[in-house]
Amino acid sequence: MSGRKARVARWAVLGLIVAALSVVAAGCGGDDGGGAEGALAELGEFEGEVSLIAWAGYVEDGSTDPAYDWVTGFEQETGCQVTSKVANTSDEMVTLMKTGQYDGLSASGNASLRLVAGGDIAPVNLDLIPNYADVFEDLKDQPYNTVDGTPYGVPHGRGANLLMWRTDVVKEAPDSWGVVFDENSPYKGKVTAYDDSVYIADAALYLMKTQPDLGITNPYELDDTQFQASIDLLKKQGTIVGEYWSDYTKSQAAFSSGDSVLGTTWQVIANLLTAEKVPVEVTLPTEGATGWSDTWVIHSNAAHPNCMYAWMNHIISPEANAAVAEYFGEAPSNAKACDFTADKNHCDTFHAADPAYWEDVYYWITPLVDCGDDRGDVCKDHSEWVQAWTEIRGS
Amino acid sequence: MVESRGLRIFLKLATSFTLAFIYVPLLVIVLYAFNERRTLAWPLPGLTLKWFEKAVNNPGVRDALLTSLEAGLGATALAVVLGTLAAIAVSRYRFFGRETISFLVILPIALPGIVTGMALNATFRTWGFDLGLFTVIVGHATFCIVVVYNNAVARMRRIAGSLDEASMDLGADTWQTFRYVTFPQLRTALLAGGLLAFALSFDEVIVTTFTIGGQQTLPIWILSNLSRPNQLPIVNVVAVFVILFSIIPVYLAQRLSGGGGAEAGGRI
Amino acid sequence: MSAVTHGETPPPDGLGRRLSAFLFRHPHLRLGGLLAAPAGWLVVAYLGSLAVLFVAAFWRLDPLATKIVHDYSLDNFRTLVEEDVYRKIAFRTVGTAAAVTITDAVLAFPIAYYMARIASPRMKAALIVAILTPLWASYLVKVYAWRIILQEQGVLNWTLDPIGLAGPGFGKYALWLVFSYLWLPFMILPIYAGLERLPTSLLEASADLGGRGFRTFRSVVLPIAFPAVVAGSIFTFSLTLGDYIAPQIVGTRQFIGNVVFANVGVAGNLPLAAAFATVPVVIMVVYLLLARRAGAFESL
Repeated sequence: MSGRKARVARWAVLGLIVAALSVVAAGCGGDDGGGAEGALAELGEFEGEVSLIAWAGYVEDGSTDPAYDWVTGFEQETGCQVTSKVANTSDEMVTLMKTGQYDGLSASGNASLRLVAGGDIAPVNLDLIPNYADVFEDLKDQPYNTVDGTPYGVPHGRGANLLMWRTDVVKEAPDSWGVVFDENSPYKGKVTAYDDSVYIADAALYLMKTQPDLGITNPYELDDTQFQASIDLLKKQGTIVGEYWSDYTKSQAAFSSGDSVLGTTWQVIANLLTAEKVPVEVTLPTEGATGWSDTWVIHSNAAHPNCMYAWMNHIISPEANAAVAEYFGEAPSNAKACDFTADKNHCDTFHAADPAYWEDVYYWITPLVDCGDDRGDVCKDHSEWVQAWTEIRGS
Repeated sequence: MVESRGLRIFLKLATSFTLAFIYVPLLVIVLYAFNERRTLAWPLPGLTLKWFEKAVNNPGVRDALLTSLEAGLGATALAVVLGTLAAIAVSRYRFFGRETISFLVILPIALPGIVTGMALNATFRTWGFDLGLFTVIVGHATFCIVVVYNNAVARMRRIAGSLDEASMDLGADTWQTFRYVTFPQLRTALLAGGLLAFALSFDEVIVTTFTIGGQQTLPIWILSNLSRPNQLPIVNVVAVFVILFSIIPVYLAQRLSGGGGAEAGGRI
Repeated sequence: MSAVTHGETPPPDGLGRRLSAFLFRHPHLRLGGLLAAPAGWLVVAYLGSLAVLFVAAFWRLDPLATKIVHDYSLDNFRTLVEEDVYRKIAFRTVGTAAAVTITDAVLAFPIAYYMARIASPRMKAALIVAILTPLWASYLVKVYAWRIILQEQGVLNWTLDPIGLAGPGFGKYALWLVFSYLWLPFMILPIYAGLERLPTSLLEASADLGGRGFRTFRSVVLPIAFPAVVAGSIFTFSLTLGDYIAPQIVGTRQFIGNVVFANVGVAGNLPLAAAFATVPVVIMVVYLLLARRAGAFESL
């Protein structure tokens, strides 16, 4: 190449490299800051839309089944058009919430605390939510929805993870989680488990009751020995698991086609299967279970805060709360909802007004380094749970 | 014919077997679009046409389809422009880094979609672009450039450079030469490449997940609806419609490329 | 075009012609103009983004606030090397990708050869349409169709049951089957293009020299088709290497894509995801360099 052309070519390449590096430098720059603090002072005009992240079955607008719709009425009353995104795990929900494109989320305990710590959700002014007054007392002021006395959301409902089996394959009704942890299970390859790191707590819960000398008092507060024991149990379980599920329709399809016959589930999946005439049964095993107590939270930079408050008030109103609790198969959060369920025994079946029952249900919550007792800061935190889960799933 | 009879029979059988392999799952899709019940159970409980009506009336499908078409057309247009520019540069000039261009152009499609998606997502967010249709178009164009580029380069190799020079000798300027001499010869190659680019964009889901905002393209809609219990038949119906409608452009492009020959298939 | 008649001075050139003349005298400006947009986008935006991603691999995640902290360290890479599971997942993914590539090459060759050399022009056109059409069927729907075929009470078991066999169910064989199915058109097209350029005279010459069928295939056809096979393999290999959706639907174990996605899309742990993502990136870059040596880029 002639001298001049070579020089020009070199400058061009240099220019491109500099431009590329500036992209890198910009990318290395600071992260986006946290959101604004402070709860809404008073309700203003409704913005015309609200976008939510929710567990499957929480925001039904009739498109799944025309009989289940507690969204259209809300849209007509407030003019807030609802768009919802279904997420399958709390981790997914936190990641989605952090994009800043959603107004609110039905957060389980293992999402809400992380969002508070990250500054992604704002405190809630409970005076603006009239229906909050009727919420069951044992759902108020809980560690997963209140931090330092500041409330961060309104309770949606709670439930337990249950054990489900196909009655035509598993002839003897199980009553213990032991059947899914049994290495010599006759149903090897057809057992299912929840595909998220929080499932480690289920293993820890089983060890809590069957190996008391490990000293586990709370399945989310695990020190090194207890954590290793849980992981080992789950690795052994991996040899009999056919499919790990987080997408509830896949779990439903797997039970329906016979690829899964035994494992952990949500009541809503069992309900959908029974409607399909697949023979299944569920039970809460003797060891107790993990579960969830969900809270509707609002993004700290929500684009439509007034509509979000209207939604929060709506979803815990007696009629809507009853409808969603029945559809999903959980206990409602509003005491008055018990009068509105189609099945009059719904609240009794799901122990909505029975605080003693929930002592044996360990709601999903974020594991922290601080064990919360006199062991100090030796417990495994969320990132270690996630890494351990990768180990378990990868083997 | 150089190939022996035995060989030809074997090849015919192999071809039929491969075609059967390709089309059996598609037949399953078509069959399940008529499934009476919403589940994945086999054998089918019964047949019905009701899902077709539901699919047509579903606003989510219509919006998603529209978004997909917009994204596809935008990405194809961008890819055609960028790919042609690069192809002309590579085939008509010698310059420092010429071999690297081919390598660079194929990177976005050769690297895993999740890497491209994550990288573009990070860049868009850093530079303050809101994720939406524009970012999707840019994302898709990035990996679509290569299909247009390859077709254009292959065609440019067959167009004698002397034609350009003759045109200039006759008094045409650069733009006129491109318009009256180069472009007409490139046209069918760009069409084949553009069609393949559109197909890639239309069905892409991984990069799209990372570059789209609140909207949905058709694959995103399908992904979100496959997770909802009662939407599976509608998804199958949508798939059937897409397959049927796509036969038309594929056939047309094939005819316009001069019928037969490697050009017709388009170069990936 | 302006016509010049004798005796008249030509009209002054318009802006377009003046610009064109200027560019003609400065070829490197012309080149620059051509390359500015594509090279600018690819180098600055795409490579720049990849660089940012790579840099993020050296950061770490604050687990409680789920915020990325810009603390440079090799921790993520250390985790990848020390924990067995990542190596296992990488081998599993690469192994499947290789198996899929070989399967597709074997499946694609006969049909590509038939299309290139034996089919009549009408049949050729029909076959091209037949092979391209499935590319338009949604990838997701195709994978779910395979789920229906492979499930416990699915199509495959239903056909095999009368003869007492059973299908593989979900798992690595299912994934091998599904990936081979999905990427087959990407392998057929380049091989077809490559074989089309095989002159019949070469085959006749080989026959004249005494080469029987297989010898001709091995010594004449294969070397010419090889770059095309490598070109197709770029797609089958890379598409399998990065996929995370099919493993979730018909697989039971995790692949590289699943771990990357679980960490970035789900856990928000971009640093670890970026670190693990460098594995397929490095593999593919090496693969591309080797493919270029083999002449695949001309055969795409």
